[in-house]
Amino acid sequence: MEKHKDLLRHNIRQYGMLFALIAIVLIFQILTGGILLRPINVTRLILQNSYILILAVGMMLCILTGGHIDLSVGSIVAMVGASSALFSVRMGLPAPLSIFLGLLVGLLAGMWQGFWIAFVKIPPFIVTLAGMLIFNGINNIILNGQTVLLPKLYITIASDSIPDFFSGNGLHYTTVIIGFICSILYVIVKCIIRTNKIKNGFDVNSKQWFLGKLALVVLIINLFTYWLARANGLPYIVILLTVIIAVYSFITNKTVAGRHIYALGGNAKAAELSGINTRRVMFWVYANMGFLAALAGIVFAGRLNSASPTAGQGFELDTIAACFIGGASATGGVGTIIGAIIGSFIMGIMNNGMSIMGISTFWQSIIKGLVTILAVAFDVISKSKAKAR
Amino acid sequence: MAEIILDMKNITKTFPGVKALDNVNLQVQKGEIHALVGENGAGKSTLMNVLSGVHPFGTYSGDIFFEGKKCEFKSVRDSEKAGIAIIHQELALNPYMTIAENIFLCNECAKNGIINWDYTNREAKKLMKKVGLIENSNTLVMDIGIGKQQLVEIAKALSKNVKLLILDEPTAALNDEDSNNLLNLLLELNAEHGITCIIISHKIYEVIRIANKITVIRDGMVIETLKRGVDEFSENRIIKGMVGRELVSRFPKRTPNIGEVGFEVKDWVVYDPLDDNRMRINHVSFNVRKGEIVGIAGLMGAGRTELAMSLFGKAYGRKISGTIIKDGKELVLKNVRDAIKEGLAYVTEDRKTAGLILIDNIKRNISLARLDKVSKNCVLNDELEVGAAEELRERLNIKSAGIYQKTGNLSGGNQQKVVLSKWIFSEPEVIFLDEPTRGIDVGSKYEIYTIINKLAAQGKCIVIISSELPEILGICDRIYIMNDGRIVGEMNKDEASQEKIMKCILESTKK
Repeated sequence: MEKHKDLLRHNIRQYGMLFALIAIVLIFQILTGGILLRPINVTRLILQNSYILILAVGMMLCILTGGHIDLSVGSIVAMVGASSALFSVRMGLPAPLSIFLGLLVGLLAGMWQGFWIAFVKIPPFIVTLAGMLIFNGINNIILNGQTVLLPKLYITIASDSIPDFFSGNGLHYTTVIIGFICSILYVIVKCIIRTNKIKNGFDVNSKQWFLGKLALVVLIINLFTYWLARANGLPYIVILLTVIIAVYSFITNKTVAGRHIYALGGNAKAAELSGINTRRVMFWVYANMGFLAALAGIVFAGRLNSASPTAGQGFELDTIAACFIGGASATGGVGTIIGAIIGSFIMGIMNNGMSIMGISTFWQSIIKGLVTILAVAFDVISKSKAKAR
Repeated sequence: MAEIILDMKNITKTFPGVKALDNVNLQVQKGEIHALVGENGAGKSTLMNVLSGVHPFGTYSGDIFFEGKKCEFKSVRDSEKAGIAIIHQELALNPYMTIAENIFLCNECAKNGIINWDYTNREAKKLMKKVGLIENSNTLVMDIGIGKQQLVEIAKALSKNVKLLILDEPTAALNDEDSNNLLNLLLELNAEHGITCIIISHKIYEVIRIANKITVIRDGMVIETLKRGVDEFSENRIIKGMVGRELVSRFPKRTPNIGEVGFEVKDWVVYDPLDDNRMRINHVSFNVRKGEIVGIAGLMGAGRTELAMSLFGKAYGRKISGTIIKDGKELVLKNVRDAIKEGLAYVTEDRKTAGLILIDNIKRNISLARLDKVSKNCVLNDELEVGAAEELRERLNIKSAGIYQKTGNLSGGNQQKVVLSKWIFSEPEVIFLDEPTRGIDVGSKYEIYTIINKLAAQGKCIVIISSELPEILGICDRIYIMNDGRIVGEMNKDEASQEKIMKCILESTKK
């Protein structure tokens, strides 16, 4: 039991975020008269925030390296949208190829910024501020100020659901089955890991704790897919997001590269004297941000159904706020991918809930700003208390 | 008998695990130049920090009387108001401001918050004249030399109507000419303006030249106060006071088993990373045998850390040249990773800012330098990592709640053990330890020495950099003495003594 208390105390920030998310869901569920959690709105919520979620994953890595941010992501989103129009519509390339080229454009933009940050040592704030201007300019040159409609594949990725192989009456059976399969796989994997750990003589959590956690996760997965099934079924974007979250959580938790990122943010000098090539880490973190911004750009273009000159405006700010709400430290070294996701959902639910309630966007902006301040203040205060203890 | 301007009574100050000052009494008479001498870490700077409010009232015990009044300084501002100014070793000037702005920083000649620049410049010029600084008062501080910057600091102190001026190692960073000018200035200020001075210095001959009284501090206690004209004022006499302690067995016993030369450096030259013309390491050559513990003694700023870091994959300096030979093979180390790969380790001088990631736990700190050992195809293997961390925690007796405790919450001694674990885990053959026991208590020191001895017994080449001479004498087999970027002496354990080392340093400084 001592151990659980310890665990809870060490992860209070993480759990605190989760509780905040649940609280916000409940508040808006009541304020919107139950509209918030209706299946169709849940689907909408995810589709609406998908690009912010993707951006937040990349932004979290940037912030981890030392509290640095990337201001150019909104412009890269727009530029990649415009490039998509250029490749697929004007040049007539097939849609998959133009998506690939779009991702490449984003990666190159990220590498360009990474070069200046890592090897010339210009502060990221300035490099990405310049990037914001440059990429926005390129976007407008490509589109010439016009909005261009995009091929169907873009829209499918951003908004469509997987087909239902069984004809259900109002219920998308395939989605339910996928949820079921996923939960079985999850249970199997977790059990294998646990038995391996026990076999090798490592400490594991108590059996009740383990089973309880397992049951909770299985319940959440199935409830989630059931809910989606009651609307249009599992959207493609959910699969994409799951893959991104899984891959990046894995990278940050389980790989050498991830450890290097945390070490750099925790103490750059110590990291350097431990043999970590800090420049290379910085370079790839920003290159990766460009890549994810491109992915977000393609999703957003698909969602808009078109490439627009004004796309992506303000995304960088929403994303950065989401990361800090989600527990990133402004000095780097602290934060998780899941935190970024939770932070994005807190922002997204506030947006969605307040829109349903018909609150003006001006007030929405004020409230989001206050929530950001409060979240970080909570962090700062709890940290200074921990120090005093 | 002159009036006593400062009277510090029974000052005791403890840091976690260390008693830095133990019942110290210090009396300073009005108008005298009073020198404080002692080894690194004897407590001189701590005493002055207590006096000037850097360590606020309440964090120490004892009383301070200044001009007959009892003082309870809560901050540096309070002590400045009373007329005490301290000039630290690292100058506290803003390099991007002009001389005049710096002189009146925090003391601006302003009315209702609006600065009167004509008045500021006029007053600045007066003060600059007083300290013999010939420059335009609008020159940026970054554009003048360090000797002149020192003068700006003094002018700044004078602008606050200082009655007692404290200088902490004022000439440490200065060349001979600048040092000489500074000392003359102090004598002049003292004679003409009656400013009382306390000067902390390692350069004994300077102290002998200007001081009226010399107080020797050792291990946080005042040993003696010598008066000019009454007591003998000679280097030998003072050094005896500084180091004359009995060496009790603070060091674990060990029988050295020394093999052939395992690590050798030849003609190593390093230039300052910020100043291409300043040579920091001046043609240094040395060697370490397998199983041998070699010490590098010297005062702060002698270039020992710079030497070790430049050898460790060029982590310091520019225009580096020279040869590194390990096991008879020449090494080319382009970066820290190369150095680690070739079996070098460098335990940093400052574990908090450069050794540990304080927000990370013990396990993550230990594996950091060799993540390749706990991963496969770049994917970390938690079991391997936990196993390694558990083993080292046990072996080095790191006292913690487990390997998941944050290193920031550990005591200094345990933090140092984590750093050592990290480098032991990297399986080095040559280990540089830079001030391995700084700021940790006596018990932990003993444990650290035991660990070092064990490493030597395994046949590793060990280089210890330490400013504590007893430590160097206590654990090293051979000692190199460094000063001003050069190796100025080499002694075997049995021929070395604190007096000899001090003398060696002082003599090489005079040249």
